[in-house]
Amino acid sequence: MSDRARLPLWEVFIRPRNGLAHRHVGSVHASDAEMALMAARDVYTRRGEGRSIWVAPASAIAASDPDEKAEMFDPADDKTYRQPTDYHVPEEVGDM
Amino acid sequence: MSDPTLFQYVLGLADDQLVLGHRLSQWTGRAPILEEELALGNIALDLIGQARGLYQYAGALEGAGRDEDALAYHRDARGYLNLTLVEQPNGDFAQTIARQLFYTAMALPFWQAMTASTDQRLAAVAAKAEKETAYHLRHATEWTARLGDGTDESHRRMQAAINQLWAFTGELFEMIAAEAGLAAAGIAPDRKTLRAAWDRTIDATLSDASLTRPDDSWMAEGGRDGLHGEDLGHMLAEMQSLQRMHPGLQW
Amino acid sequence: MYAQGLINASGDPNAAETPEQLARFQARIDAEEKIEARDWMPAAYRKTLIRQISQHAHSEIIGMQPEGNWVTRAPSLRRKASLLAKVQDEGGHGLYLYAAAETLGISREEMQDQLLSGAAKYSSIFNYPTLTWADIGAIGWLVDGAAIMNQIPLCRCSYGPYARAMVRVCKEESFHQRQGYEIMTTLAQGAPEQKAMAQDALNRWWTPSVMMFGPPDTDSVHSDQSMTWKIKRFTNDALRQRFVDATVPQADYLGLTIPDPECKWNDVTQHYDIGPLDWDDFWKVVKGGGPMNRQRIAARQKADDDGAWVREAALAYAAKRSTQQEAAE
Ligand SMILES: [Fe+2]
Ligand SMILES: [Fe+2]
Ligand SMILES: [Fe+2]
Repeated sequence: MSDRARLPLWEVFIRPRNGLAHRHVGSVHASDAEMALMAARDVYTRRGEGRSIWVAPASAIAASDPDEKAEMFDPADDKTYRQPTDYHVPEEVGDM
Repeated sequence: MSDPTLFQYVLGLADDQLVLGHRLSQWTGRAPILEEELALGNIALDLIGQARGLYQYAGALEGAGRDEDALAYHRDARGYLNLTLVEQPNGDFAQTIARQLFYTAMALPFWQAMTASTDQRLAAVAAKAEKETAYHLRHATEWTARLGDGTDESHRRMQAAINQLWAFTGELFEMIAAEAGLAAAGIAPDRKTLRAAWDRTIDATLSDASLTRPDDSWMAEGGRDGLHGEDLGHMLAEMQSLQRMHPGLQW
Repeated sequence: MYAQGLINASGDPNAAETPEQLARFQARIDAEEKIEARDWMPAAYRKTLIRQISQHAHSEIIGMQPEGNWVTRAPSLRRKASLLAKVQDEGGHGLYLYAAAETLGISREEMQDQLLSGAAKYSSIFNYPTLTWADIGAIGWLVDGAAIMNQIPLCRCSYGPYARAMVRVCKEESFHQRQGYEIMTTLAQGAPEQKAMAQDALNRWWTPSVMMFGPPDTDSVHSDQSMTWKIKRFTNDALRQRFVDATVPQADYLGLTIPDPECKWNDVTQHYDIGPLDWDDFWKVVKGGGPMNRQRIAARQKADDDGAWVREAALAYAAKRSTQQEAAE
């Protein structure tokens, strides 16, 4: 039904001021990467939220399959030996 | 009045930003892309912010107790001292972009030079405006490229806009009588020195966009003397209507 | 990530939904798990969300018009900047919400077509005109106030992309109601003609604002299922009551009168009562019989038509440049 010119969808990632990693914040429609960057700046950093922007065509992002959630993520759940709390340090030793 | 020359000069600068910011705000709800709705709003807000800083300073220079709103809302078109370029109506998106391109290609080197002003308030306004304007110029040049080198229709519209607004670019580099003295005192940039940077930006942008630079012919002038086209009066009548209808009230 | 055209992760949208699938889905909802774009979901859940999110997005976009009507006439530079920033935020909200709906497999363009054709509705409140500057105050105070009541629970909606969009929206909304109330305060404390302007605006916007929460629970069609799916957390009437309870004292502070003689504190319920609402009128306006319905859609259609050549130009340019780049490589 829609015969309009469709501007591609881009996913937007912003690195906040505080030095954390880029985080997905939303999407914009834009004809190309430069326009997507400007749109992302104008839409998602109006309140000083960002210090760096990445945009990626939504179509270029490969995502894990939700049906494979169990095989992808459950195996990590019981490897408690990767957690610091799994180890006992005598109280007298203090913080470690 | 403490400093009439500087007052007039700062008032003219304030009027430039307000009139252009107001014009851009007229796009609200009408932008060609939803994302562009936010882009135009951001630019308008930058300009209105610059205007407010300049009006506040102008009011202080005048020393007659006029605040930013008294200056913005209680002068008619004859009293407005903006460049005639910025008062030109929005037209189609190409005309708005051409107006942005012509103005910001001057404004960026202007504010850059102004950061070195011996006048601390103007240098402070310039430090902020310089960064904002750099982005406005990027926005204008990127769109000029896309419209100039997009479809046949967009090329035709963009070239028409360039041709139509060209006559308002001469005024960008004109010095009013008072301005020469301010430039000599290190307060204001010498507009003639901005011309080379403007030419470079315009030539590079137009050629990148497959657009032709028009020949110089008749150039508009008189904005700094309050001599405007017919559109500004309508714009101000709308903008000032409440203040005029109910004088002396707080809003 | 939000791949276009995606229907559901397991493929065929028409595949019968087994009782086991539905039960597993409901169990996830009950456990307060977020449903994500590619997760399996019942077709009706998807449809409900597309309808609700797109109508919410349309409301934000159409809502730019009544307030945009005063951007060029704001009576001070400070008011002008804050109104412009507010209307711009509403455009942003529309944008976030369209993107959230797009994760469900509908394009922004399709949604816009539905809006323009009248197939999709938007909040009926925006079918009323803004006649005076006080309307800008009343809209920020009442309409944004009602919207916030509605939107805060949506931050916990079961659908992840919608909930996340609403978190951002709610953060931005926080200044909207305050700027509206500040305008009302200034007018209410100003000259007699300003106070009259404020009362007149309250008179016209009160009932439509109270109706923004939708029809009473007794005849709200979509309510029950939406509550079970945790798309909705509170009923229309519960939110409406919360709004009335919050707003009546704010009107008192302004010295303005709520235009409803039956609006009084009820010692028994510990809530404010309000008089009966004319829902026939509400439905008439929703269905196109409001004072501004035609103009709102016509203005949107015009912006869309006027912008078509710009979007085409941007795409043509991108296509040319990517061909040139490929040729150069
Ligand atoms: Fe909003
Ligand atoms: Fe809002
Ligand atoms: Fe809203």
